[in-house]
Amino acid sequence: MLDNTSGDAFVAFEHVQKSYDGQTLVVKDLNLSIAKGEFVTMLGPSGSGKTTCLMMLAGFETATHGEIRLDGRPINQVPPHKRGIGMVFQNYALFPHMTVGENLSFPLEVRGMGKAEREARVKRSLGMVQMGAFANRRPAQLSGGQQQRIALARALVFDPHLVLMDEPLGALDKQLREHMQFEIKHLHEELGITVVYVTHDQTEALTMSDRIAVFNDGRIQQLATPNQLYEQPENSFVAGFIGENNALPGIIEALEGDKAVVKLADGGLIDATAVNIRERGQKTTVSIRPERVEFKPEMMPPGAHSIEAEVLEVVYMGDILRTRLLVAGSDDFIMKCRNTIGQTRLESGQKIRIGWHPQDARALDPV
Amino acid sequence: MLVLPLLAFILITFVVPIGQMLQRSFYNDGFSAHMPGISQWFAENPRGSEPNDAAWAALADDLLASAEARTIGVVGTRINYDVPGTRSLFTSTGRKVRKGIEPPYREALLEIDEDWGDPRIWSAMRDASRPVTSNFYLAAVDRTRAEDGSIEQVAPRQRIYVMLFMRTFWLSALITVLTFVLGFPVAHLLATLPMRKSNLLMILVLLPFWTSLLVRTTSWMVLLQQQGVINDILVWLGVIGGGQRLQMIYNQTGTIIAMTHILLPFMILPLYSVMRTINPSYVRAARSLGATSWTAFRRIYFPQTLPGLGAGALLVFILAVGYYITPALVGGSSGQLISNMIALHMTDTLNWSMAAALAALLLGSVLVLYWLYDKLVGVDNLKLG
Repeated sequence: MLDNTSGDAFVAFEHVQKSYDGQTLVVKDLNLSIAKGEFVTMLGPSGSGKTTCLMMLAGFETATHGEIRLDGRPINQVPPHKRGIGMVFQNYALFPHMTVGENLSFPLEVRGMGKAEREARVKRSLGMVQMGAFANRRPAQLSGGQQQRIALARALVFDPHLVLMDEPLGALDKQLREHMQFEIKHLHEELGITVVYVTHDQTEALTMSDRIAVFNDGRIQQLATPNQLYEQPENSFVAGFIGENNALPGIIEALEGDKAVVKLADGGLIDATAVNIRERGQKTTVSIRPERVEFKPEMMPPGAHSIEAEVLEVVYMGDILRTRLLVAGSDDFIMKCRNTIGQTRLESGQKIRIGWHPQDARALDPV
Repeated sequence: MLVLPLLAFILITFVVPIGQMLQRSFYNDGFSAHMPGISQWFAENPRGSEPNDAAWAALADDLLASAEARTIGVVGTRINYDVPGTRSLFTSTGRKVRKGIEPPYREALLEIDEDWGDPRIWSAMRDASRPVTSNFYLAAVDRTRAEDGSIEQVAPRQRIYVMLFMRTFWLSALITVLTFVLGFPVAHLLATLPMRKSNLLMILVLLPFWTSLLVRTTSWMVLLQQQGVINDILVWLGVIGGGQRLQMIYNQTGTIIAMTHILLPFMILPLYSVMRTINPSYVRAARSLGATSWTAFRRIYFPQTLPGLGAGALLVFILAVGYYITPALVGGSSGQLISNMIALHMTDTLNWSMAAALAALLLGSVLVLYWLYDKLVGVDNLKLG
């Protein structure tokens, strides 16, 4: 993981704030540094400030406070067309009155490049996204996936070092989206460019990114690699936003180092790893991934607490059996059991005891 | 089936009257229907043949019959179109012929009025002897038929229609350009301002649009006249002296100002409706690709407004070409357009054939422009809202 000192960062946000009306902050004290060649995703629900951050980086919004640096140079006062940042827009924003070739040629023309070189570059760029045969088509004659490729090629044709993508795959169907995720990732590795990607789709973020910044309420909640984010969420928002998650509210019964025992609403005791709590008696929310919940005593570590649960529903999903349990008064506790040969088949109404490794349960801030 | 009543309505109130009106421009049987004998003689004898005894006899017979049938006025009116001031020749001769006329008819008629010997009258009668005629169209482009039948220009001081057509097209083009220059920024503001402000602006645009044309025109009279508001303010500010008050109305300037104002919404509204659909991300994309705001506007934004601009320009131009009330009220003499001439022929000279010919030419040229527009821009690209 890269550290947060921005001295040699390629892109750096330092204490950036943004307010549209002068009262409410859309972005509150943003600090983020991105290394050269990195693929960083800004992930968050709508209204979390991620797109605003991207627009500030692109130059379409100005930061109310703080500094944004690109390659060591403050760019707060640099107009968008002088930043040399490639950008892929949500709706592609291909110019409808120009052909694909003219669209790609446009950024080269405004840079005063000669005709021969322009043509060579357009050809190369179209080849890069396997769209060489489409130079004379109009954007309206292309399918969504093809338009997406052209938008990508256009953002890359003038060799920017930084490319911003604002939910570029949002309008595509699932299959095409997965295919394009792979292609974008591939291009990123091949060209060695730095990519800042905005999405609200966590799967997309997890599959593509080197690091993910989870946004909520104008702040970065956690900035980490995909596996850290999934396995070691630092607060309840991140735990709930990334992947499926069981949240059990309770009170800290005992605390020793990062080992905590939590008393649930019905008095049951469970083990957890303390993350952002400080003292005994504090309210907490324990977060456990459904696939880490165990119900066979031999799978639980010795000495670990276990609690009572009642099976409410078993949904057969092929690779897994998704089991809904009643635990400590909440009826939406999910346990995922792998569908293996020796797997015990649970019936609804059955009473079982569940438990987990203490490091898989994370005692976070109360929701 | 349900549109049949509408079709019938359009047919009866629109197609038929316009068709009849246009027919008058090339078909007028005011002479030929009531003077069959002499018309027959013209048909049998080529242009340039001197009227012989048979001709004079036929003329006298026809005059008598027409006078008895009280249609001599219609006949006179028809010839009067071509040779002004001859209606009374027919009516007075008709009265005298009814008292009795004896051969030799040539001498008898010349006795009644020596104008009957005028070759221009005979030429005009020959032209009118066939109901289908191109004379009105010739007149509408300042041409006439000489005595020998060839087409020539009318006397210089009578050449008004071509000049008026030119002026109409030139002023319409100028007004179109002015509405574009004034309307484009307004439409852009309307399309980009936040909802509340753009709604207010929209009301400001539409309010005059809903106001009576006459009210708006007369309010320009109040503003622009020599003792009007604008001149008063300029004098009060000391920009001009009291004796140098500007003549801003009852001339072309008045027509241009008032018509630009009145036609402005027709440019703003189509532009606005197109601009509203242009996603702001196009300009952002252009900017991020390295274009200055001016380049982004010129290469990306403006071309996308062309369908609206085309629609607005076509609307304004076509409306301006046929505009009548405003130039009539504020145009003075130098601000009159061709439609004022059409109105004159409709209401004052009652030469409906002439009015129809002028109107047909106007309609034709608008259709040609529409065709040109289709060739150049494509009517499919037209967006009216």
